Amino acid sequence: MASSRLVRTNLSPLFNWRPAHSASPVEALILRHRLRAIELLPWFLAICAYYAFADYLALGCQILIMILFAMSLDLVLGYAGIVTLGHSAFFGVGAYAAGIYAARVSGEPLSGLIIGAIAAAAIGWTSGLVILRTQGLTLLMLTLAITALLAEAANQASFITGGADGLQGVDMHPIFGIFNFDLYGRTAYIYCLVVLFVAWLFARRLIHSPFGQSLIGIRENAARMHAIGSPLRLRLVTIYTISAALAGVAGALLAQTTQFVGLTVLGFQRSGEIVIMLVFGGAGRLYGAFIGATLYMIAQDQLAKLDPTYWYFWIGLLLVLLVMFARGGVLGLIDQGLRALRSMR
Amino acid sequence: MTPALETIGLHKRFGALIVANDINFRLEHAARHALIGPNGAGKTTFINLITGRLAPSAGRILLNGYDITALPQAARVKCGLGRTFQINTLFRGLTVLQNVCLAVGEHAGIGGNMLRVFGSHRSVLEHAYHLLEQLHIADNALSLVRELPYGKQRLVEIAIALGLQPTVLLLDEPAAGVPSAETAIILDVIEQLPRDIAVLIIEHDMELVFRFARRITVLVQGAILVEGTPAEIAADARVREVYLGERQHA
Repeated sequence: MASSRLVRTNLSPLFNWRPAHSASPVEALILRHRLRAIELLPWFLAICAYYAFADYLALGCQILIMILFAMSLDLVLGYAGIVTLGHSAFFGVGAYAAGIYAARVSGEPLSGLIIGAIAAAAIGWTSGLVILRTQGLTLLMLTLAITALLAEAANQASFITGGADGLQGVDMHPIFGIFNFDLYGRTAYIYCLVVLFVAWLFARRLIHSPFGQSLIGIRENAARMHAIGSPLRLRLVTIYTISAALAGVAGALLAQTTQFVGLTVLGFQRSGEIVIMLVFGGAGRLYGAFIGATLYMIAQDQLAKLDPTYWYFWIGLLLVLLVMFARGGVLGLIDQGLRALRSMR
Repeated sequence: MTPALETIGLHKRFGALIVANDINFRLEHAARHALIGPNGAGKTTFINLITGRLAPSAGRILLNGYDITALPQAARVKCGLGRTFQINTLFRGLTVLQNVCLAVGEHAGIGGNMLRVFGSHRSVLEHAYHLLEQLHIADNALSLVRELPYGKQRLVEIAIALGLQPTVLLLDEPAAGVPSAETAIILDVIEQLPRDIAVLIIEHDMELVFRFARRITVLVQGAILVEGTPAEIAADARVREVYLGERQHA
């Protein structure tokens, strides 16, 4: 019975992602999560960059960390549709937790990452339980408020965080006791790249799982998700916690690779910037984080050199143009281009 | 035999406004029942009370003899209560097949699974596709919902509800907004719904109601005015006065 259904052909509207070779809609959906060659491109480029830009590995490190941070944001903002301007809360908590752990307990990097993830997840879970009861503007304000609270707490607790002076004495041990963090950032770059790769594997699996698909359902139509019996609050708090943990890992990476934590990790500006990076690349597409963070960080680096006082203006202008003419960010533009090409054929 | 759905003294007021007034309603197993009434009679409110979108001020709701009054919306769905919406409430940016897969997956209890990809739940996908075939929208399985004509979107509404394998199905104006030329397609689908599902339909299209329903309840100002077979309702003077009379003015 199933096979007769599979043979059935169907109209293939122009705007379909469906690969041409698939036999049926069911097959198409089954194969949807398959890894495509293009998905390996970022990793290939990242490895090339290691050799090609050996003098810029510190910047490269920052980019990888921001990609991870933006990817964590994409899970809540792009996929689940939770509008937040307070994601730096989790980045900051992860950074402080890993930094303090390294300064006070042990400089072992991997356990530091785990500490950062757990601390951020704990904050994400508790705050999520409270604020995810709300929506829209209220939720946006609450995410801001949580970040402000944490930033002030970090400022006040200077006996442990170093307050406005920043956390000193973060001293990292070699990774696995072998790979020392060197002055050129080689170890740090590879370290960040490997962590990002693992996080990407996880995030990719997550968004293709029924859980991830249900998040998209919530984003698309929460009322209908209620009506099909989906436990929305549970799903939202879960993804918020997972995303917080990933953001915490990103923060921990920053603390470990720069061996310093300042109050700016919890700042509103960082929350805003990461949203801009994601929108820049394209939210809800997993790879938007890769493109957005990379372009933004490079643009920031170059523009700050060209125009040290007004470089933010150019970032702003770029963003306005993008939002006006390409709602899906850079990836959205690429999609449109491909569609146009396909329709010409 | 216990009815598929029963409300006992169901009451709902917003301040001084009474929108559901002591409604005692029975929906038998495998029923084909219509709920009609003029605009503002409280039909959609009644649906929202049953599905749990609204909490009643008083009264009880029984599903297959089981009291669901205190259950949240999601739990009622798990008990076999499915609904469609008067205004399309779909996942517009997803494909038709994905829309139905979400419902089927949620009913199968895999909605929270993070470790396996959706594609590995083959039976869920095939069940969803089978539903599309039954509703004659399989050809659109991979179209985005927002790109479908409105009539077909109405069918996706029904497909999602059927994906929950309900024992009681509430259809809130399934033909609303559909061009009259396409109403026949909707009616075909509704007439071919599995026999064992008890169906309650709210509809303004009298032709559709009288063709489909074997019992009709007339709701006026939040209260049941009369209930009976289509012939009885058509002959009822009060109904003519309240409902059909209003229709002639419209």
